[in-house]
Amino acid sequence: MFDVDKIRKDFPIFKNDPGLVYFDSAATSFKPQCVIDAVNDFYTRHTANIHRGDYDNSFIVSKDYDDTRKVVSKLLHNDDPDQIVFTAGATASLNLVAYGYFLDHLKEGDVILLTLAEHASNILPWFEVAKKTKARIEYIPLNEDGTFNIDNYKECLDKYNVRAVSLPYVSNVLGYINPIKEICALAHEKGALVNADGAQAVPHIKVDVMDLDVDFLGFSAHKMLGPSGIGVLYAKKKLLEETTPMMNGGGANARFNKDGEVILKEIPVRFEAGTPNIEGVLGLKKACEYLMDLGMDNIRKHDDEIVRYLIGKLSTLDNVKIYNPRSECSIVAFNVEGIFAQDVGSYLNSLGIAVRTGNHCAKVIDNIIGTTETIRASVYLYNTKEEADKLYGAIRDVTLEKCIGAII
Amino acid sequence: MIFDDNLKRSILLDHYQNPHNKGLVDDERYHLIHNASESCIDDIKVQMLMEEGKVKDVRFDGVGCTICFASTSIMSDLIKGKSKEEALDIINNYYNMIEEKDYDPDLLEEANAFDTLSKQANRIKCGTIGIHAMEDLIKSYDGQ
Repeated sequence: MFDVDKIRKDFPIFKNDPGLVYFDSAATSFKPQCVIDAVNDFYTRHTANIHRGDYDNSFIVSKDYDDTRKVVSKLLHNDDPDQIVFTAGATASLNLVAYGYFLDHLKEGDVILLTLAEHASNILPWFEVAKKTKARIEYIPLNEDGTFNIDNYKECLDKYNVRAVSLPYVSNVLGYINPIKEICALAHEKGALVNADGAQAVPHIKVDVMDLDVDFLGFSAHKMLGPSGIGVLYAKKKLLEETTPMMNGGGANARFNKDGEVILKEIPVRFEAGTPNIEGVLGLKKACEYLMDLGMDNIRKHDDEIVRYLIGKLSTLDNVKIYNPRSECSIVAFNVEGIFAQDVGSYLNSLGIAVRTGNHCAKVIDNIIGTTETIRASVYLYNTKEEADKLYGAIRDVTLEKCIGAII
Repeated sequence: MIFDDNLKRSILLDHYQNPHNKGLVDDERYHLIHNASESCIDDIKVQMLMEEGKVKDVRFDGVGCTICFASTSIMSDLIKGKSKEEALDIINNYYNMIEEKDYDPDLLEEANAFDTLSKQANRIKCGTIGIHAMEDLIKSYDGQ
Protein backbone atom coordinates (compact mmCIF):
# COMPACT_ATOMS: atom_id res chain seq x y z
CA MET A 1 0.00 0.00 0.00
CA PHE A 2 1.47 3.30 -1.13
CA ASP A 3 0.72 5.74 1.68
CA VAL A 4 1.87 9.21 0.73
CA ASP A 5 1.14 10.68 4.18
CA LYS A 6 3.36 8.08 5.74
CA ILE A 7 6.05 8.68 3.14
CA ARG A 8 6.03 12.42 3.81
CA LYS A 9 6.84 11.71 7.45
CA ASP A 10 10.15 10.22 6.28
CA PHE A 11 11.18 13.56 4.78
CA PRO A 12 12.20 16.11 7.44
CA ILE A 13 11.85 19.03 5.04
CA PHE A 14 8.05 18.76 5.23
CA LYS A 15 8.21 19.22 8.98
CA ASN A 16 10.71 22.08 8.74
CA ASP A 17 8.88 23.90 5.94
CA PRO A 18 5.26 22.80 6.16
CA GLY A 19 3.90 25.40 3.70
CA LEU A 20 6.21 24.52 0.84
CA VAL A 21 4.69 22.99 -2.29
CA TYR A 22 7.58 21.42 -4.19
CA PHE A 23 7.14 20.58 -7.85
CA ASP A 24 10.80 20.65 -8.87
CA SER A 25 12.01 17.15 -8.16
CA ALA A 26 13.28 16.80 -11.72
CA ALA A 27 15.90 19.38 -10.68
CA THR A 28 16.63 17.70 -7.38
CA SER A 29 14.65 15.59 -4.95
CA PHE A 30 14.11 15.84 -1.22
CA LYS A 31 15.95 13.36 1.02
CA PRO A 32 14.41 10.91 3.47
CA GLN A 33 15.80 10.71 7.01
CA CYS A 34 17.47 7.34 6.34
CA VAL A 35 19.66 8.90 3.62
CA ILE A 36 20.53 11.86 5.82
CA ASP A 37 21.35 9.47 8.66
CA ALA A 38 23.63 7.41 6.45
CA VAL A 39 25.63 10.48 5.45
CA ASN A 40 25.64 11.73 9.02
CA ASP A 41 26.70 8.39 10.40
CA PHE A 42 29.81 8.48 8.26
CA TYR A 43 30.74 11.85 9.76
CA THR A 44 29.79 11.17 13.36
CA ARG A 45 30.47 7.47 13.92
CA HIS A 46 32.36 5.76 11.16
CA THR A 47 34.76 8.24 9.59
CA ALA A 48 37.46 6.37 7.73
CA ASN A 49 38.94 6.10 4.29
CA ILE A 50 38.03 3.01 2.30
CA HIS A 51 40.29 0.14 1.36
CA ARG A 52 43.25 1.70 3.17
CA GLY A 53 42.99 1.26 6.92
CA ASP A 54 43.73 -1.79 9.03
CA TYR A 55 41.08 -0.96 11.56
CA ASP A 56 37.40 -1.60 12.20
CA ASN A 57 35.89 1.65 10.92
CA SER A 58 37.69 1.32 7.62
CA PHE A 59 36.46 -2.27 7.24
CA ILE A 60 32.89 -1.25 8.04
CA VAL A 61 32.86 1.69 5.66
CA SER A 62 34.66 -0.25 2.91
CA LYS A 63 32.11 -3.03 3.10
CA ASP A 64 29.21 -0.58 2.94
CA TYR A 65 30.84 1.18 0.00
CA ASP A 66 31.37 -2.07 -1.92
CA ASP A 67 27.91 -3.34 -1.04
CA THR A 68 26.43 -0.24 -2.66
CA ARG A 69 27.41 -1.63 -6.07
CA LYS A 70 25.27 -4.68 -5.29
CA VAL A 71 22.33 -2.58 -4.13
CA VAL A 72 22.51 -0.34 -7.22
CA SER A 73 22.76 -3.51 -9.33
CA LYS A 74 19.59 -4.82 -7.75
CA LEU A 75 17.79 -1.57 -8.57
CA LEU A 76 18.98 -1.76 -12.19
CA HIS A 77 18.53 -5.53 -12.52
CA ASN A 78 22.22 -5.76 -13.37
CA ASP A 79 23.88 -9.14 -12.81
CA ASP A 80 27.47 -7.95 -12.35
CA PRO A 81 28.26 -5.28 -9.70
CA ASP A 82 31.62 -4.62 -11.41
CA GLN A 83 29.61 -2.87 -14.12
CA ILE A 84 28.70 -0.10 -11.65
CA VAL A 85 31.12 2.85 -11.64
CA PHE A 86 30.64 5.66 -9.12
CA THR A 87 30.90 9.11 -10.69
CA ALA A 88 30.10 12.66 -9.63
CA GLY A 89 26.66 12.43 -11.28
CA ALA A 90 24.88 11.94 -14.61
CA THR A 91 26.92 14.64 -16.34
CA ALA A 92 30.19 13.07 -15.21
CA SER A 93 28.94 9.64 -16.33
CA LEU A 94 28.10 10.98 -19.75
CA ASN A 95 31.45 12.69 -20.06
CA LEU A 96 33.20 9.46 -19.13
CA VAL A 97 31.30 7.68 -21.91
CA ALA A 98 31.96 10.38 -24.49
CA TYR A 99 35.62 11.08 -23.71
CA GLY A 100 36.67 7.84 -22.04
CA TYR A 101 35.15 5.50 -24.59
CA PHE A 102 34.06 7.19 -27.81
CA LEU A 103 37.03 9.50 -28.23
CA ASP A 104 39.10 6.38 -28.88
CA HIS A 105 36.45 4.55 -30.90
CA LEU A 106 35.18 7.08 -33.42
CA LYS A 107 36.80 8.25 -36.62
CA GLU A 108 36.11 10.50 -39.57
CA GLY A 109 32.85 9.61 -41.31
CA ASP A 110 31.30 7.98 -38.24
CA VAL A 111 28.00 9.39 -37.02
CA ILE A 112 26.78 10.15 -33.50
CA LEU A 113 22.97 10.14 -33.36
CA LEU A 114 21.21 12.48 -30.93
CA THR A 115 17.75 14.08 -30.73
CA LEU A 116 16.78 17.72 -30.46
CA ALA A 117 15.14 17.24 -27.08
CA GLU A 118 18.42 16.90 -25.24
CA HIS A 119 19.80 18.21 -22.01
CA ALA A 120 22.99 20.23 -22.56
CA SER A 121 25.06 17.54 -20.87
CA ASN A 122 24.02 15.09 -23.58
CA ILE A 123 24.97 17.41 -26.43
CA LEU A 124 28.02 19.41 -25.45
CA PRO A 125 30.43 16.49 -24.80
CA TRP A 126 29.45 15.06 -28.19
CA PHE A 127 30.22 18.36 -29.94
CA GLU A 128 33.72 18.11 -28.50
CA VAL A 129 34.14 14.43 -29.35
CA ALA A 130 32.91 15.06 -32.89
CA LYS A 131 35.40 17.89 -33.31
CA LYS A 132 38.31 15.80 -32.07
CA THR A 133 37.48 12.58 -33.95
CA LYS A 134 36.01 14.24 -37.06
CA ALA A 135 32.89 12.14 -36.53
CA ARG A 136 29.62 13.88 -37.40
CA ILE A 137 26.50 14.56 -35.32
CA GLU A 138 23.06 13.90 -36.79
CA TYR A 139 19.72 14.46 -35.09
CA ILE A 140 16.85 11.99 -35.26
CA PRO A 141 13.76 13.99 -36.29
CA LEU A 142 11.08 13.72 -33.58
CA ASN A 143 7.32 13.72 -33.98
CA GLU A 144 5.55 17.08 -33.86
CA ASP A 145 4.67 16.63 -30.21
CA GLY A 146 8.29 15.85 -29.30
CA THR A 147 7.83 12.08 -29.01
CA PHE A 148 10.30 9.61 -30.46
CA ASN A 149 9.70 8.38 -33.99
CA ILE A 150 11.07 4.90 -34.51
CA ASP A 151 10.77 5.06 -38.30
CA ASN A 152 12.85 8.22 -38.43
CA TYR A 153 15.38 6.47 -36.24
CA LYS A 154 15.53 3.44 -38.52
CA GLU A 155 15.99 5.73 -41.49
CA CYS A 156 18.95 7.42 -39.75
CA LEU A 157 20.50 4.04 -39.02
CA ASP A 158 20.16 3.07 -42.69
CA LYS A 159 21.34 6.39 -44.04
CA TYR A 160 24.37 7.10 -41.86
CA ASN A 161 27.34 5.17 -40.59
CA VAL A 162 26.04 5.37 -37.03
CA ARG A 163 28.51 4.27 -34.33
CA ALA A 164 26.97 5.96 -31.28
CA VAL A 165 23.40 6.71 -30.25
CA SER A 166 22.93 8.91 -27.20
CA LEU A 167 19.47 9.66 -25.85
CA PRO A 168 17.64 10.41 -22.65
CA TYR A 169 15.69 7.44 -21.31
CA VAL A 170 13.13 10.01 -20.13
CA SER A 171 13.17 13.56 -21.52
CA ASN A 172 13.70 16.17 -18.80
CA VAL A 173 11.56 18.71 -20.64
CA LEU A 174 8.56 16.68 -21.79
CA GLY A 175 8.62 13.53 -19.67
CA TYR A 176 8.39 11.11 -22.61
CA ILE A 177 9.88 7.65 -22.20
CA ASN A 178 12.05 6.66 -25.14
CA PRO A 179 11.80 3.02 -26.29
CA ILE A 180 15.38 2.24 -25.27
CA LYS A 181 15.03 -1.53 -25.69
CA GLU A 182 13.99 -1.23 -29.31
CA ILE A 183 16.53 1.56 -29.88
CA CYS A 184 19.31 -0.70 -28.57
CA ALA A 185 18.25 -3.73 -30.61
CA LEU A 186 18.19 -1.72 -33.83
CA ALA A 187 21.51 -0.02 -33.06
CA HIS A 188 23.20 -3.31 -32.24
CA GLU A 189 22.10 -4.78 -35.59
CA LYS A 190 24.19 -2.03 -37.18
CA GLY A 191 27.08 -2.42 -34.76
CA ALA A 192 26.34 0.89 -33.01
CA LEU A 193 26.36 1.41 -29.24
CA VAL A 194 23.69 3.16 -27.17
CA ASN A 195 24.22 5.54 -24.27
CA ALA A 196 21.06 6.33 -22.30
CA ASP A 197 20.88 9.29 -19.95
CA GLY A 198 18.99 7.82 -17.02
CA ALA A 199 18.83 10.97 -14.89
CA GLN A 200 15.02 11.31 -15.15
CA ALA A 201 14.33 7.59 -15.54
CA VAL A 202 16.05 5.77 -12.68
CA PRO A 203 14.26 7.79 -9.95
CA HIS A 204 10.83 7.15 -11.46
CA ILE A 205 10.53 3.91 -13.40
CA LYS A 206 11.72 0.35 -13.23
CA VAL A 207 14.98 0.16 -15.16
CA ASP A 208 16.22 -3.25 -16.26
CA VAL A 209 19.58 -2.83 -17.95
CA MET A 210 19.84 -6.51 -18.90
CA ASP A 211 16.46 -6.51 -20.59
CA LEU A 212 17.13 -3.18 -22.30
CA ASP A 213 20.55 -4.45 -23.38
CA VAL A 214 21.72 -0.85 -23.10
CA ASP A 215 25.46 -0.29 -23.41
CA PHE A 216 25.86 2.73 -21.13
CA LEU A 217 23.44 4.30 -18.64
CA GLY A 218 24.31 7.19 -16.33
CA PHE A 219 22.34 8.88 -13.56
CA SER A 220 22.61 11.07 -10.47
CA ALA A 221 21.81 10.15 -6.89
CA HIS A 222 20.41 13.55 -5.95
CA LYS A 223 17.37 13.20 -8.20
CA MET A 224 16.47 9.86 -6.60
CA LEU A 225 16.49 10.81 -2.89
CA GLY A 226 20.27 10.52 -2.55
CA PRO A 227 23.03 13.04 -1.86
CA SER A 228 24.46 15.53 -4.36
CA GLY A 229 27.79 15.02 -6.07
CA ILE A 230 27.43 11.29 -6.55
CA GLY A 231 26.12 9.27 -9.46
CA VAL A 232 26.57 6.09 -11.38
CA LEU A 233 27.69 4.91 -14.76
CA TYR A 234 26.42 1.47 -15.64
CA ALA A 235 28.34 0.05 -18.59
CA LYS A 236 28.86 -3.40 -20.05
CA LYS A 237 32.09 -4.84 -18.73
CA LYS A 238 33.70 -5.39 -22.10
CA LEU A 239 33.14 -1.70 -22.86
CA LEU A 240 34.55 -0.61 -19.51
CA GLU A 241 37.64 -2.63 -20.35
CA GLU A 242 38.08 -0.44 -23.43
CA THR A 243 37.36 2.80 -21.56
CA THR A 244 40.20 5.13 -20.58
CA PRO A 245 39.91 6.57 -17.08
CA MET A 246 39.56 10.37 -17.17
CA MET A 247 41.47 10.75 -13.94
CA ASN A 248 44.50 8.92 -12.72
CA GLY A 249 45.94 8.77 -9.25
CA GLY A 250 45.73 7.02 -5.93
CA GLY A 251 43.25 4.21 -5.71
CA ALA A 252 43.22 3.66 -9.47
CA ASN A 253 46.63 2.01 -9.84
CA ALA A 254 47.86 -1.28 -8.51
CA ARG A 255 51.58 -0.80 -9.26
CA PHE A 256 53.70 1.81 -10.96
CA ASN A 257 57.34 2.77 -11.24
CA LYS A 258 59.22 5.98 -12.04
CA ASP A 259 59.57 5.04 -15.72
CA GLY A 260 55.83 5.41 -16.22
CA GLU A 261 54.90 1.77 -16.25
CA VAL A 262 51.49 1.56 -14.63
CA ILE A 263 49.29 -1.39 -13.94
CA LEU A 264 45.77 -0.08 -13.45
CA LYS A 265 43.53 -1.59 -10.84
CA GLU A 266 40.66 -3.75 -11.93
CA ILE A 267 37.29 -2.54 -13.13
CA PRO A 268 35.42 -0.57 -11.81
CA VAL A 269 37.78 0.98 -9.22
CA ARG A 270 40.22 2.15 -11.89
CA PHE A 271 37.64 4.82 -12.76
CA GLU A 272 37.46 6.08 -9.18
CA ALA A 273 40.90 7.63 -8.63
CA GLY A 274 41.46 9.49 -5.38
CA THR A 275 39.41 9.21 -2.22
CA PRO A 276 35.86 8.99 -3.53
CA ASN A 277 32.69 10.62 -2.27
CA ILE A 278 32.26 7.92 0.38
CA GLU A 279 29.34 9.46 2.27
CA GLY A 280 27.64 10.07 -1.07
CA VAL A 281 27.90 6.41 -1.94
CA LEU A 282 26.57 5.39 1.49
CA GLY A 283 23.65 7.80 1.05
CA LEU A 284 23.00 6.43 -2.44
CA LYS A 285 22.79 2.94 -0.99
CA LYS A 286 20.03 3.99 1.43
CA ALA A 287 18.22 5.86 -1.33
CA CYS A 288 18.18 2.75 -3.54
CA GLU A 289 16.93 0.64 -0.65
CA TYR A 290 14.21 3.16 0.16
CA LEU A 291 13.03 3.20 -3.47
CA MET A 292 13.04 -0.61 -3.71
CA ASP A 293 11.12 -0.91 -0.43
CA LEU A 294 8.40 1.27 -1.90
CA GLY A 295 8.62 -0.54 -5.24
CA MET A 296 9.42 1.21 -8.51
CA ASP A 297 6.11 0.16 -10.06
CA ASN A 298 4.21 1.69 -7.13
CA ILE A 299 6.22 4.90 -7.40
CA ARG A 300 5.51 5.14 -11.09
CA LYS A 301 1.81 4.54 -10.51
CA HIS A 302 1.71 7.29 -7.90
CA ASP A 303 3.69 9.81 -10.02
CA ASP A 304 1.44 9.07 -12.93
CA GLU A 305 -1.73 9.56 -10.92
CA ILE A 306 -0.59 13.03 -9.82
CA VAL A 307 0.59 13.95 -13.33
CA ARG A 308 -2.73 12.89 -14.89
CA TYR A 309 -4.64 14.74 -12.19
CA LEU A 310 -2.60 17.93 -12.68
CA ILE A 311 -2.87 17.78 -16.47
CA GLY A 312 -6.62 17.18 -16.15
CA LYS A 313 -7.02 20.24 -13.95
CA LEU A 314 -4.75 22.55 -15.92
CA SER A 315 -6.30 21.58 -19.24
CA THR A 316 -9.64 23.01 -18.09
CA LEU A 317 -8.06 26.48 -18.10
CA ASP A 318 -8.34 28.44 -21.35
CA ASN A 319 -5.21 30.48 -20.65
CA VAL A 320 -2.95 27.46 -20.26
CA LYS A 321 -1.05 25.65 -23.00
CA ILE A 322 0.23 22.20 -22.05
CA TYR A 323 3.09 20.97 -24.23
CA ASN A 324 3.03 17.33 -23.16
CA PRO A 325 -0.57 16.30 -22.51
CA ARG A 326 0.54 12.70 -22.97
CA SER A 327 3.42 12.99 -20.51
CA GLU A 328 4.52 9.50 -19.50
CA CYS A 329 6.78 10.27 -16.60
CA SER A 330 6.53 12.83 -13.81
CA ILE A 331 6.76 16.05 -15.86
CA VAL A 332 4.11 18.61 -16.86
CA ALA A 333 5.36 21.38 -19.17
CA PHE A 334 3.09 24.35 -19.76
CA ASN A 335 2.78 28.09 -20.20
CA VAL A 336 0.22 30.72 -19.25
CA GLU A 337 -0.86 32.73 -22.26
CA GLY A 338 0.49 36.26 -22.31
CA ILE A 339 2.81 35.89 -19.32
CA PHE A 340 6.43 34.86 -19.50
CA ALA A 341 7.23 31.63 -17.73
CA GLN A 342 9.68 33.25 -15.36
CA ASP A 343 7.16 35.89 -14.27
CA VAL A 344 4.69 33.11 -13.44
CA GLY A 345 7.48 31.33 -11.56
CA SER A 346 8.08 34.40 -9.39
CA TYR A 347 4.36 34.59 -8.64
CA LEU A 348 4.19 30.91 -7.70
CA ASN A 349 7.23 31.41 -5.48
CA SER A 350 5.40 34.19 -3.63
CA LEU A 351 2.72 31.58 -2.82
CA GLY A 352 5.28 29.03 -1.66
CA ILE A 353 5.05 26.90 -4.79
CA ALA A 354 8.36 25.83 -6.31
CA VAL A 355 8.52 25.06 -10.04
CA ARG A 356 11.23 25.37 -12.61
CA THR A 357 10.89 27.89 -15.42
CA GLY A 358 13.19 28.30 -18.36
CA ASN A 359 14.60 26.03 -20.98
CA HIS A 360 15.71 23.30 -18.56
CA CYS A 361 19.17 23.06 -20.10
CA ALA A 362 17.59 21.91 -23.36
CA LYS A 363 18.51 24.89 -25.50
CA VAL A 364 17.52 23.36 -28.79
CA ILE A 365 14.05 22.11 -27.94
CA ASP A 366 12.31 25.22 -29.31
CA ASN A 367 12.75 23.56 -32.70
CA ILE A 368 10.29 20.97 -31.49
CA ILE A 369 7.69 22.64 -29.31
CA GLY A 370 7.95 26.17 -30.71
CA THR A 371 8.98 27.82 -27.48
CA THR A 372 12.23 28.09 -25.59
CA GLU A 373 10.72 28.62 -22.17
CA THR A 374 8.22 26.60 -20.23
CA ILE A 375 6.98 26.23 -16.70
CA ARG A 376 7.88 22.72 -15.59
CA ALA A 377 6.08 21.08 -12.71
CA SER A 378 7.75 17.79 -11.86
CA VAL A 379 6.19 15.26 -9.55
CA TYR A 380 7.69 12.70 -7.22
CA LEU A 381 6.67 10.11 -4.71
CA TYR A 382 5.89 12.61 -1.93
CA ASN A 383 3.61 14.94 -3.94
CA THR A 384 -0.12 14.97 -3.26
CA LYS A 385 -3.32 15.88 -5.06
CA GLU A 386 -3.80 18.69 -2.54
CA GLU A 387 -0.53 20.17 -3.73
CA ALA A 388 -1.66 19.79 -7.33
CA ASP A 389 -4.85 21.66 -6.37
CA LYS A 390 -2.77 24.52 -4.97
CA LEU A 391 -0.76 24.80 -8.16
CA TYR A 392 -3.91 24.63 -10.24
CA GLY A 393 -5.59 27.33 -8.12
CA ALA A 394 -2.59 29.62 -8.46
CA ILE A 395 -2.46 29.18 -12.24
CA ARG A 396 -6.21 29.71 -12.52
CA ASP A 397 -5.94 33.05 -10.70
CA VAL A 398 -2.67 34.34 -12.11
CA THR A 399 -2.57 37.72 -13.86
CA LEU A 400 0.30 39.76 -15.22
CA GLU A 401 -0.34 42.32 -12.51
CA LYS A 402 -0.05 39.70 -9.77
CA CYS A 403 3.21 38.47 -11.27
CA ILE A 404 4.68 41.95 -11.21
CA GLY A 405 3.41 42.41 -7.68
CA ALA A 406 5.28 39.27 -6.67
CA ILE A 407 8.56 40.63 -7.99
CA ILE A 408 8.57 44.20 -6.72
CA MET B 1 10.89 59.42 -4.37
CA ILE B 2 9.46 56.24 -2.86
CA PHE B 3 6.49 54.59 -4.58
CA ASP B 4 3.83 52.47 -3.00
CA ASP B 5 3.35 48.98 -4.41
CA ASN B 6 0.29 49.88 -6.47
CA LEU B 7 2.10 52.67 -8.22
CA LYS B 8 5.14 50.45 -8.82
CA ARG B 9 2.93 47.78 -10.31
CA SER B 10 1.21 50.17 -12.65
CA ILE B 11 4.51 51.76 -13.75
CA LEU B 12 5.97 48.35 -14.62
CA LEU B 13 2.81 47.11 -16.25
CA ASP B 14 2.60 50.26 -18.35
CA HIS B 15 6.23 50.06 -19.50
CA TYR B 16 5.91 46.35 -20.19
CA GLN B 17 2.74 46.65 -22.22
CA ASN B 18 3.67 49.91 -23.94
CA PRO B 19 7.44 50.04 -23.90
CA HIS B 20 9.05 53.34 -24.79
CA ASN B 21 11.78 53.55 -27.44
CA LYS B 22 10.98 50.07 -28.70
CA GLY B 23 11.87 49.10 -32.25
CA LEU B 24 15.29 49.32 -33.87
CA VAL B 25 16.23 51.81 -36.57
CA ASP B 26 18.20 51.21 -39.73
CA ASP B 27 20.83 53.91 -39.30
CA GLU B 28 24.51 53.11 -39.30
CA ARG B 29 25.36 56.01 -37.00
CA TYR B 30 23.78 53.99 -34.18
CA HIS B 31 25.89 51.53 -32.21
CA LEU B 32 24.28 48.20 -31.40
CA ILE B 33 24.71 45.64 -28.64
CA HIS B 34 23.00 42.26 -28.43
CA ASN B 35 22.64 40.99 -24.86
CA ALA B 36 21.17 37.59 -24.07
CA SER B 37 20.85 35.96 -20.71
CA GLU B 38 22.31 32.48 -20.46
CA SER B 39 19.82 31.57 -17.75
CA CYS B 40 16.46 32.85 -19.01
CA ILE B 41 14.54 34.09 -21.98
CA ASP B 42 15.80 37.68 -22.06
CA ASP B 43 17.38 38.33 -25.44
CA ILE B 44 17.45 41.96 -26.48
CA LYS B 45 19.23 44.30 -28.83
CA VAL B 46 19.87 47.89 -27.78
CA GLN B 47 20.91 50.71 -30.10
CA MET B 48 22.29 54.11 -29.18
CA LEU B 49 23.15 57.29 -30.99
CA MET B 50 25.54 59.66 -29.24
CA GLU B 51 26.45 63.03 -30.67
CA GLU B 52 28.59 65.74 -29.14
CA GLY B 53 28.91 63.76 -25.93
CA LYS B 54 25.16 63.43 -25.51
CA VAL B 55 22.80 60.47 -25.69
CA LYS B 56 20.63 61.52 -28.63
CA ASP B 57 18.62 58.34 -28.91
CA VAL B 58 18.20 54.87 -27.43
CA ARG B 59 16.21 52.07 -29.08
CA PHE B 60 15.66 48.46 -28.12
CA ASP B 61 13.87 45.32 -29.27
CA GLY B 62 13.79 41.61 -28.62
CA VAL B 63 12.12 39.16 -26.28
CA GLY B 64 12.08 39.61 -22.56
CA CYS B 65 10.11 39.26 -19.36
CA THR B 66 8.29 42.10 -17.62
CA ILE B 67 11.31 43.12 -15.58
CA CYS B 68 13.63 43.14 -18.58
CA PHE B 69 11.35 45.19 -20.81
CA ALA B 70 10.16 47.60 -18.13
CA SER B 71 13.67 48.34 -16.84
CA THR B 72 15.06 48.84 -20.34
CA SER B 73 12.14 51.07 -21.31
CA ILE B 74 12.41 53.21 -18.17
CA MET B 75 16.18 53.61 -18.41
CA SER B 76 16.01 54.54 -22.09
CA ASP B 77 13.73 57.44 -21.11
CA LEU B 78 16.01 58.46 -18.26
CA ILE B 79 19.25 58.75 -20.20
CA LYS B 80 17.94 60.21 -23.44
CA GLY B 81 19.18 63.76 -23.87
CA LYS B 82 21.71 63.40 -21.06
CA SER B 83 25.46 63.92 -21.35
CA LYS B 84 27.72 60.92 -21.18
CA GLU B 85 28.64 61.70 -17.56
CA GLU B 86 25.05 62.29 -16.48
CA ALA B 87 23.85 59.10 -18.14
CA LEU B 88 26.60 56.99 -16.56
CA ASP B 89 25.82 58.59 -13.20
CA ILE B 90 22.15 57.57 -13.50
CA ILE B 91 23.14 54.05 -14.49
CA ASN B 92 25.58 53.75 -11.58
CA ASN B 93 22.96 54.95 -9.14
CA TYR B 94 20.61 52.33 -10.55
CA TYR B 95 23.24 49.60 -10.03
CA ASN B 96 23.80 50.88 -6.48
CA MET B 97 20.07 50.62 -5.77
CA ILE B 98 20.02 47.04 -7.08
CA GLU B 99 23.10 46.20 -5.00
CA GLU B 100 21.64 47.83 -1.87
CA LYS B 101 24.33 50.49 -1.72
CA ASP B 102 23.82 54.24 -1.26
CA TYR B 103 22.12 55.92 -4.20
CA ASP B 104 20.25 59.09 -5.08
CA PRO B 105 16.57 58.25 -5.68
CA ASP B 106 15.97 61.67 -7.24
CA LEU B 107 18.08 60.69 -10.24
CA LEU B 108 16.15 57.50 -10.90
CA GLU B 109 12.55 58.75 -11.24
CA GLU B 110 10.37 55.84 -12.42
CA ALA B 111 13.29 53.42 -12.01
CA ASN B 112 12.64 53.68 -8.27
CA ALA B 113 9.94 51.10 -8.97
CA PHE B 114 12.78 48.56 -8.84
CA ASP B 115 13.95 49.54 -5.36
CA THR B 116 13.12 46.10 -3.96
CA LEU B 117 14.41 44.08 -6.91
CA SER B 118 17.55 43.33 -4.88
CA LYS B 119 15.39 40.93 -2.83
CA GLN B 120 14.71 38.81 -5.91
CA ALA B 121 18.15 37.41 -6.58
CA ASN B 122 17.06 35.40 -9.61
CA ARG B 123 15.51 38.46 -11.27
CA ILE B 124 18.38 40.91 -10.91
CA LYS B 125 19.76 39.84 -14.26
CA CYS B 126 16.37 40.61 -15.87
CA GLY B 127 16.46 44.11 -14.39
CA THR B 128 20.00 44.90 -15.53
CA ILE B 129 20.47 43.20 -18.90
CA GLY B 130 19.26 46.19 -20.94
CA ILE B 131 20.99 48.68 -18.67
CA HIS B 132 24.34 46.91 -19.02
CA ALA B 133 23.92 47.20 -22.79
CA MET B 134 23.32 50.96 -22.47
CA GLU B 135 26.39 51.38 -20.28
CA ASP B 136 28.52 49.50 -22.81
CA LEU B 137 27.03 51.50 -25.68
CA ILE B 138 27.92 54.80 -24.02
CA LYS B 139 31.47 53.57 -23.50
CA SER B 140 31.64 52.33 -27.09
CA TYR B 141 31.65 55.97 -28.22
CA ASP B 142 34.85 56.70 -26.26
CA GLY B 143 37.63 58.01 -28.44
CA GLN B 144 35.32 58.76 -31.38
